[in-house]
Amino acid sequence: MTAVASTAPIARRRFGFDVSKPVLLLFALVLCALIVMPVSWLLYYAFTDKAGVFTISNFNRLVSDAAYLDPLLTTFALATLSALICCAVAAPMGWLVARTDMPLRRTVRLLVTASFVTPPFLGAIAWELLAAPNSGLLNQLYRELTGAEQDVHLLNIYSFTGLVFVISCYTFPYVFVLVANALDRTPGDLEDASAILGGKAWDTARRITIPLALPAVLAGALVAFLQAMTLFGSPAILAMPAGFHTMTTKIWSLFQFPPKPELAAAASLPLLVLTVILLRAEHMVLGRRGYSVVGGKNSEPRIVRLGHYRWVMLAAAMIVLMCPVFLPYFALLNASFSKVASHLVWVNNFTLQNVHFVFYELSATQLALRNTFILGTLAATGGTILALVIAYVTARQAVAGHRILGFLATAPVAIPGIVLGVGLFFTYTRPPFVLYGTLWILLIAFVTLSMPAAYQQLQSAFRAVHPELEDASRILGATRLRSLWQITAPLLRTSVIATWCFIFVGVIRELSAAIMLFTSETKVLSVLIYDLNESGDLAAIAVLGLLMLVITFAIVALANSLRLGGSRRVDPTR
Amino acid sequence: MKGSKFSRRGLLIGSGALAAGSAFSTRVMSAAPPASAVTPALIEAAKKEGKVVWYTSVDLKLSEQIGKAFEAKYPGVSCKVERTGAERVLQRITQEYSANVHAVDVVNSSDASLLVYWKEQGMLEPYVPEDVAKFYPPEHKDVDGTYASFRVFLCVIAYNTDLVKKEEAPKSFADLLDPKWKGKIVKAHPGYSGTIVTATYQVSRDLGWHFFEKLAQQNILQVQSAADPPKKLALGERAIQADGVEYLILQEKESGKPVEPVYATEGTPLIVGPNGLFKAAPNPNAARLFQSFSFSPECQQLCIDIGGLRSAHPQAKDKAGRTPLSQIKLMKDDPAAVLKTAEEIKARYVKIFHV
Repeated sequence: MTAVASTAPIARRRFGFDVSKPVLLLFALVLCALIVMPVSWLLYYAFTDKAGVFTISNFNRLVSDAAYLDPLLTTFALATLSALICCAVAAPMGWLVARTDMPLRRTVRLLVTASFVTPPFLGAIAWELLAAPNSGLLNQLYRELTGAEQDVHLLNIYSFTGLVFVISCYTFPYVFVLVANALDRTPGDLEDASAILGGKAWDTARRITIPLALPAVLAGALVAFLQAMTLFGSPAILAMPAGFHTMTTKIWSLFQFPPKPELAAAASLPLLVLTVILLRAEHMVLGRRGYSVVGGKNSEPRIVRLGHYRWVMLAAAMIVLMCPVFLPYFALLNASFSKVASHLVWVNNFTLQNVHFVFYELSATQLALRNTFILGTLAATGGTILALVIAYVTARQAVAGHRILGFLATAPVAIPGIVLGVGLFFTYTRPPFVLYGTLWILLIAFVTLSMPAAYQQLQSAFRAVHPELEDASRILGATRLRSLWQITAPLLRTSVIATWCFIFVGVIRELSAAIMLFTSETKVLSVLIYDLNESGDLAAIAVLGLLMLVITFAIVALANSLRLGGSRRVDPTR
Repeated sequence: MKGSKFSRRGLLIGSGALAAGSAFSTRVMSAAPPASAVTPALIEAAKKEGKVVWYTSVDLKLSEQIGKAFEAKYPGVSCKVERTGAERVLQRITQEYSANVHAVDVVNSSDASLLVYWKEQGMLEPYVPEDVAKFYPPEHKDVDGTYASFRVFLCVIAYNTDLVKKEEAPKSFADLLDPKWKGKIVKAHPGYSGTIVTATYQVSRDLGWHFFEKLAQQNILQVQSAADPPKKLALGERAIQADGVEYLILQEKESGKPVEPVYATEGTPLIVGPNGLFKAAPNPNAARLFQSFSFSPECQQLCIDIGGLRSAHPQAKDKAGRTPLSQIKLMKDDPAAVLKTAEEIKARYVKIFHV
């Protein structure tokens, strides 16, 4: 996620005036504006008092007041536990999918993708429907089965454990993807060697496979920790009813009247610093992995035959996937068409009233849908172009200082959404750039937040295309831009489409920055759902949530179909 | 944001000093403009603007229905409802105005003190609809004509009749502290809800803060909006609501859900939700039209009949089967005092309930 290494230096010839220079400089400036400005304002607010004089009193207040210290500790415990659970669940699953003959492996991967794109706040609301102590569907089922008293419950989602569980549900895909990909790529010869030398299956696993996968697991743990730490939606929905705050909800509450921006800025900094530290750690861990898989010829990964256990394993995987996918989706579907969200839909209480309300009575629906689509399209297009240019510059080392560009493009990884929201709020509510109240400020937030992933994706795509084709084009007299357009662009088509879709889906599910930056005219779908949650309109949320999921899956399906179509066209050039 | 270090209390002290000098003149010679009727010219001008933006804390379904009724009466003018808790409405308007974003036309708040605050900030436009001038009693309209009581309702205790028998149901605030209700109470938050700020002020004034300190021991389910507890009761998620809006309890009850309001023996907090017009309204004519519509007997009756609200309009009739206000022991509302103490109330609440 963070590696900003460059490819081996390639001899480049530079002659004459090249229009690409000013273009590249412009992109560098844009990137600076996106990242440097909000962070600077954040620092300014954190270290000044109301009169603008330097002070550290904001931090003193943070560490001395239990109202701020408790959320910090809670967040730390929450993130640690979530990371551990994610690893315990996702690492074995990643191995099952990558290295065994478990049936339906593709389906399992697909379902993990589904939980990956499900907005965490939507998952949290769905789990309210499932596991609220009294009205939760699962608790009702439990009482039905055991004949227990009215107040007895199996699960209580309004609790610290409940929150850890829901966060883990939507964070484990990060670990899963890292582990599965690492195992996909790890050649099987070392394991083969172990087996040939008489190693039993368990010995091979213990001494070869696990050490090889360990860096990916550790990196996954760090990513999961970061995700859990910076998440806003799930804690806002589940922690407040349970009577505690996390750092993100605390920062948000500091903007309630009367606003305390300087405290919010100060409270944002620990998140920022911790993220930077953890990302450095992840970088070191991932760096090590590079050594472990180098060497040996590339052979197919070795598949472990599970025998009869393969069905047991499949069942286990499916049970895990019940939590982020099957059960929540079912709960949302049920609530959409039920007169009472806590009752199962049956003939006597089936209703289309909720759907009608959302589409015909709720005046914010159309606006939020339109804004979400506009922002998704613009952010995906702008973000892809920006990432494309920067990835090109760094992968081909086209200008001096390309490393800085690469660093800037990756830097937003270290900025939690809500922190960026706070920073952007400071930056764009004052002259010369008053963008608050327009879609532009949200666009900036979404482009910034999506930049690291988009950049990584496209940079690796550039690395996969050897520069000799571009060189040939330039030798024949084409400018850099022309050779980019005619040679490189067609080769990168599939990656570009994938990146575009990735950003679009990311925009749909973004809440933590949007919640700081929206106004009534610039409301998006995620914020609308959050608003509805505060007044307990669960049925309307269920309908909107399903709509959100349908749009998301349509985009993902589109990306997949285009990618398959595109790859055939790309092949002959290899 | 440097210029927007607000303190409602500080502001009141400042304006109080100002008022002391001119109190007499304001009281005697009201600055309210003459009553304005809905003229064809106004309707035409509103149609040109095409829409009105109403920031409100009325429960979403009802506020959208009011908007739809307005659109039906004045085709060509759409009503955009921006619903959130009154304290969030305040937060949004503050943030928007600090960045010079003027999106709101008409505001409605269940925290009546906010209207006093905005008026003192000079943000409200004086405008007196005909109905307000002719029919509304003096205690339900601003002397300077900037706002009037759009809605009147109560913040009630209530219970789920499937989960609690009538004879066992709490009759008073004191009953809520019975250990048997531990883990069974849902309660809304004054940091979000104007109803709850107002009610918390009245209850803490009449019963003392130790009531809330003890209530915090009851392991309550803390939700945000005062519109949420009635929904949690209807779902069966909790047996009792410590506070929440009466009008949704009435709505749920009349649609057959197992909920029942309780009018506490100590008295029930009275909530007044005024409507006011912003000077910087982007659609000033549509705003006037909407303001006039909202105080009409027609709209007030709608609020009563399908909304479960109560009305300050003498021509609006109570719905049969509901306990009339005259038979309920009420706590006294006091927006000026809420304005002075709102920050303190919220801070103290957060200390006691930890969120």
